[in-house]
Amino acid sequence: MTDATLNSGGSGKSLTARDARTKRRNASEKRFQAYGMIAIGIGFFFLVVLAFTIIRSGLPAFTKTVVDVEFTITQAEYEAAESELFKTKAYQDLFIAKLEAQLQERGLEVDFDAAAIERLLGKTGGTIREYYQGNSNRLGEPVQFELAASSRVDGYFNGRVTRDTIQDSRFLMKADLDIVDALHTAGIMKSAFNWTFLTGADSGVDNPGGAGIGASVVGSFFMMLVVLLLSLPIGVAASIYLEEFAPQNKFTDLIEVNISNLAAVPSIVFGILGLAVFIQFMHLPQSAPLVGGLVLTLMTLPTIIISTRASLKAVPPSIRDAALGVGASKMQAVFHHVLPLAMPGILTGTIIGLAQALGETAPLLLIGMVGFVARGYPDGIVAGFTDPNSAMPAQIYTWAARADVAFYEKAWGGIIVLLVFLLSMNILAIILRRRFERRW
Amino acid sequence: MPLLWLILIVLAIAAAGYALGRQRALASAGGDNRALHSLPSYYGSNVAIKAIVPAVLLMVAWLLIQPLYVGNAISGMIPEASVKEGSSLGLVMAEVRRAADGIDAAIAQGLLTDDEARNAEADVAAISQYLKDAGQVVTSELTRPILNAAQQYRVMNATGNLIMTVAVLILAVLGFLYGLKESHANFRARNSVERSVRALLVGAASIAILTTIGIVLSLVFNTIEFFRLYPAADFFFGTNWAPSFSGRGGSSDLGVLPLLWGTFYISIVALAVAVPIGLFAAIYLSEYAGPRVRAFAKPMLEVLAGIPTIVYGLFALLTVGPLLLKVFGDNGLDWMQSGTAVMTAGLVMGIMLIPFVSSLSDDIINSVPQAMRDGSYGLGATKSETIKQVVLPAALPGIVGAILLAASRAIGETMIVVLGAGAAARLSLNPFEAMTTVTAKIVSQLTGDADFASPEALVAFALGMTLFVITLILNIFALYIVRKYREQYE
Amino acid sequence: MYDTPNTERTVTTNATKFSARNVQVYYGDTHAIKDVDVDIEDKTVTAFIGPSGCGKSTFLRCLNRMNDTIDICRVEGDIRLDDQDIYDRSVDPVQLRAKVGMVFQKPNPFPKSIYDNIAYGPRIHGLAKNKADLDEIVEKSLRRGAIWNEVKDRLHAPGTGLSGGQQQRLCIARAVATEPEVLLMDEPCSALDPIATSQVEELIDELRTNYSVIIVTHSMQQAARVSQKTAFFHLGHLVEFGETGQIFTNPKDERTESYITGRIG
Repeated sequence: MTDATLNSGGSGKSLTARDARTKRRNASEKRFQAYGMIAIGIGFFFLVVLAFTIIRSGLPAFTKTVVDVEFTITQAEYEAAESELFKTKAYQDLFIAKLEAQLQERGLEVDFDAAAIERLLGKTGGTIREYYQGNSNRLGEPVQFELAASSRVDGYFNGRVTRDTIQDSRFLMKADLDIVDALHTAGIMKSAFNWTFLTGADSGVDNPGGAGIGASVVGSFFMMLVVLLLSLPIGVAASIYLEEFAPQNKFTDLIEVNISNLAAVPSIVFGILGLAVFIQFMHLPQSAPLVGGLVLTLMTLPTIIISTRASLKAVPPSIRDAALGVGASKMQAVFHHVLPLAMPGILTGTIIGLAQALGETAPLLLIGMVGFVARGYPDGIVAGFTDPNSAMPAQIYTWAARADVAFYEKAWGGIIVLLVFLLSMNILAIILRRRFERRW
Repeated sequence: MPLLWLILIVLAIAAAGYALGRQRALASAGGDNRALHSLPSYYGSNVAIKAIVPAVLLMVAWLLIQPLYVGNAISGMIPEASVKEGSSLGLVMAEVRRAADGIDAAIAQGLLTDDEARNAEADVAAISQYLKDAGQVVTSELTRPILNAAQQYRVMNATGNLIMTVAVLILAVLGFLYGLKESHANFRARNSVERSVRALLVGAASIAILTTIGIVLSLVFNTIEFFRLYPAADFFFGTNWAPSFSGRGGSSDLGVLPLLWGTFYISIVALAVAVPIGLFAAIYLSEYAGPRVRAFAKPMLEVLAGIPTIVYGLFALLTVGPLLLKVFGDNGLDWMQSGTAVMTAGLVMGIMLIPFVSSLSDDIINSVPQAMRDGSYGLGATKSETIKQVVLPAALPGIVGAILLAASRAIGETMIVVLGAGAAARLSLNPFEAMTTVTAKIVSQLTGDADFASPEALVAFALGMTLFVITLILNIFALYIVRKYREQYE
Repeated sequence: MYDTPNTERTVTTNATKFSARNVQVYYGDTHAIKDVDVDIEDKTVTAFIGPSGCGKSTFLRCLNRMNDTIDICRVEGDIRLDDQDIYDRSVDPVQLRAKVGMVFQKPNPFPKSIYDNIAYGPRIHGLAKNKADLDEIVEKSLRRGAIWNEVKDRLHAPGTGLSGGQQQRLCIARAVATEPEVLLMDEPCSALDPIATSQVEELIDELRTNYSVIIVTHSMQQAARVSQKTAFFHLGHLVEFGETGQIFTNPKDERTESYITGRIG
């Protein structure tokens, strides 16, 4: 009864013989799979390039070139200088003399003049004079001075500027490089860690070397404090209402639609909102971390609400039923039982929301939290919220927009600082999630 | 009295209310808290809530309404003649406010006494000098009407604040007393407190609605103001964007078309990069990747997603731009003039969007039922045939939705285009030219030196409105498509 | 005990289509199928019966290597189709599945037109030389699936727009479009109403003239109605295999008898 005649169309062949068409199809399959792997590879490649660029371009911001020299100014020299008409120039000359002497001791002959020293080190006369006016007891004793070199010298030290590419300018002349080399060989000029970058505030356009991100970090900190203090309670309250208490009606639908729309509104529109409502209408102080915090709260709220709702949903209904069964009211059940159990998820979501807010730039530009609005640290806690200040991303933008290569370096350095904060926050969130997450 | 003190006093009344309410309730039950309907703390909370909430609501409402009322009244006071040619009432009001702030600053620094400040006949020049000494910026010479208006402004505000303080305090005390009266054993304090808490929760949820209303209002009012100063038709159909720097309008060309073109062109380039890469990454991760690859690739994509856009912006300006310039610029093919171009911004934006497209597509591909894949495998199809001919067509609406959402994200992006695409507004097909976008111009017009009430600054609101409407439509459309698609499988 | 239904009871001995020897299947560490030996005959309907979780679906899926799609599943032993080891390394499952078709429990038509649903298999395997050829294959398959008359006027309507029973017949038609030699059916009627079920059962009887059909069912009555040979699985073992009539009226193993009389399962 075996009738092979009905079996047509390819199945008469043996299974082990690879058919040409199947081979083509399998080749096509392999190619398709390869495209997928290439796509992931491209993503990885971009990430690596980004990381490499950030680190390579940003690390120079953390070092600065200094002249580390020890010399003595005697009482007599001090009095002589003070009696001069141009006092700072007198100190400058003294300093040059000491420097020359030190170089000669080491057998290095260089020609200096006051103008060159001013280009390289700025107005050292003033600095030295100020020191001795405050510490006249150190006269006659050797004192260690650490004087910052200009950013152009920095550039030479880290390879941005070379003897071939340098063009004589009022900031640095080719001949000055000889002095720099000599000082470097003598061990007087060297690289040191740039604490000013981490602790200082933004500096003027002419002084890239003195620019610091410290004030912006404080500004960002106060801003994030506002965001945390406002968005966490409001977000949790809204989520509790929507998850546990809201009836199925038009009003609830309206809220839900609004939340999902707000999550997708471009950040600059929130900046416009902040400008129009908080600054123009409510006359809150411009460039204040308080206003920045308010704007970012409104931006982060949808994110926090979405993740909080997910955490609340993850708590099994049996817990709520058990609480109700013992006679707790709905609200007691939610606040005493559901909320504590959902807390780890809520906190993780909040930290991630805060991390996103920390990196936001556009809205801050519109409310004025840009670079150079703050000349120093705020005076106190209330001032921390209301004094004009910048935030890290906005400060980075300001530096980038100054179109000066030395400031670009600071911008990359600022990015490194920002990314360090973001990385820590994300790692914290991951650790919290691992430690406290419950699998129902 | 300063606002902070008022708030502290109200809080103190509430705290007292809590303690007293609790005590009274316990006393009414003869000290035995089992005879009470609710826990003692609920009685205390009840009093505290009744003391705080009405008072705070009144305070907030008053603080919002008072400036509007005073502003209106003072505007009415300013004579027509004072509104100079080329200016507007808004600008004059700004002057008045600055003068009033200046007077406050001068008094605070002791340069001026309160009486002198109120003197309607005071010498205008002298007062101006005091204000400048106090550090207040005064743009033009104070005129008598403006000075008088400023003085009236101060008086009205002071009176208003006084009345508010008294009213708020009275309300707080009344609430306190009412709450106390209720504190006895049979009163269902817990229910009352829970109702208030529920109202607070609703309030928190409504903030979403309030935010949307705030956005719409702030855009609409200022846009209308803008269209009063600049014809809407010229804005929507103008092909030239050239704001004048005088800040007084009249000679600016403020056409939105070149900006819209720049926005769309850059977004298309970005999508051309992000969609193929993101889609293929998602397909690979959901259909082919083993657990090890997934454990490596998913975090990597999340890291790309978490990088702030300012980093991408700087990357575009300082790395990608010069790199492209090397290849396509003077030393290469000479298509490119400078590092900032559509290509630069588009490429970097594409990189930013890859994780976005990938994660959305991943969700969508995973929601195609496994039964469909099994049916295809059962017929002897290879994995790629199944994906290309069964899974992707089934997931198509969802993927289209994802692309629309990505487009919306690209259109609203600011930092990458501000830094990477340049500031020139032009209608050109060459992707290697600099072309600016709607978002970049919003930033430049609002952070420039233009006077706030001038058309050059107000145009930013019109731009914002345009942006908001476009992204809203895209989002609604995308969500509609995705929801319709999900219905197919549920 | 059971009414003799309309199907042919007397079975002439046909050639062996599938022969399995010493088959073991593991899901991770769980030993799901233990020491199964069976010979499936051509042009016959063979039923796999047994209580839930006994392994009948798992064994069915071994026959067209669908278990390959599950990472933790491991198959050992010898399974031969027409005397060729289907688990041989040189065998491409893609070609195997063109020869061994499958119909699933829940009808799963593609979200394409009826025509495209049927045409999908022949297209990917390159069975049609031109459009006219493809039209012919589609018509022939729809006729074999006993659904041609109902859909011939709306071949371009979506396949998902049909009723449950029609969808399942569509899936059967789709499975035969690749000209298989064997049809595997995993509880094809469990998601259908009684009328649709009887339509499909009639169809199965027609199909056996051309194909070898293996059907997994948890309904003993259905097995009795539809099959000529029956295999009883219990806890991963093939307990008894024989002619349907004999299994249901005179089972040899006492576990089989317990299942049939309802004591277990």
